Amino acid sequence: MTPISYFLVLSALLFAIGVLGVLIRRNVIVMLMSIELMLNAVNLAFIALGRQVGSIDGQVIVFFVITVAAAEAAVGLGIVIAVFRNRATVNADELNLLRW
Amino acid sequence: MGPLITFYALALLAIVSAAITAFSRNIVHSAFALFGALAGVAGIYVLLGADFLFIIQIFIYIGGILVVTIFAVMLTQGIADVNVSNRAVGVLPALVTAGVAGGVMFYAIIHSSWYHARPGSATPTTYWIGDAFLGPYVLPFEVASLVLLAALIGAIVISRQEVRE
Repeated sequence: MTPISYFLVLSALLFAIGVLGVLIRRNVIVMLMSIELMLNAVNLAFIALGRQVGSIDGQVIVFFVITVAAAEAAVGLGIVIAVFRNRATVNADELNLLRW
Repeated sequence: MGPLITFYALALLAIVSAAITAFSRNIVHSAFALFGALAGVAGIYVLLGADFLFIIQIFIYIGGILVVTIFAVMLTQGIADVNVSNRAVGVLPALVTAGVAGGVMFYAIIHSSWYHARPGSATPTTYWIGDAFLGPYVLPFEVASLVLLAALIGAIVISRQEVRE
């Protein structure tokens, strides 16, 4: 049986890659993809810890996280497409209309 | 030994694909590499005995979110557009932030004394998940359906073409 720390280290690595992706990329779509990576890492930790304590709650919460991720992807990408239609860019640095 | 080799293979797939997703300069490569990352994590779910979430991961993440993401990439960039703007900025602060976040997690994982789980055989989890949804989690379950409905309508309203008379 694989020790839990292996799964948690994998989860931490995926999360760190996601953080890096959000911080260094300026393309809004890649930033959204990196957020999906982070959500996946958290799901992995939830399932690993849930198995560790022998509880189903971890998996149920992952189900809700996936629900929120689906909603986030739908609305987020809808906003990206609407913004692209109006401004012809998906660069986060150029989306500064609300900045003064 | 077998599960460990499988774990390493799936972890390698997930990490490499995630790195390509986050660091590739070509956004189309990013979108397709996301497939590998999601599939690798789905395989890890099987190793952890979460059969239902494996299917859910395939259905919703790969079948839904990934396809929508690729649609967005195609709609906003244009396949033929060679000049795909996806350069990296602020690498140093980002490395520090991610390093601190990852380092704290590594420290916590390595220095915690995890007690050993009972090695049980892999049993279907659907019964217990369904039980939880109709028991202690019935209110979050209903709220989640409401959130999904609102997100669907919101996404349609936001991204539809504005018609002006």
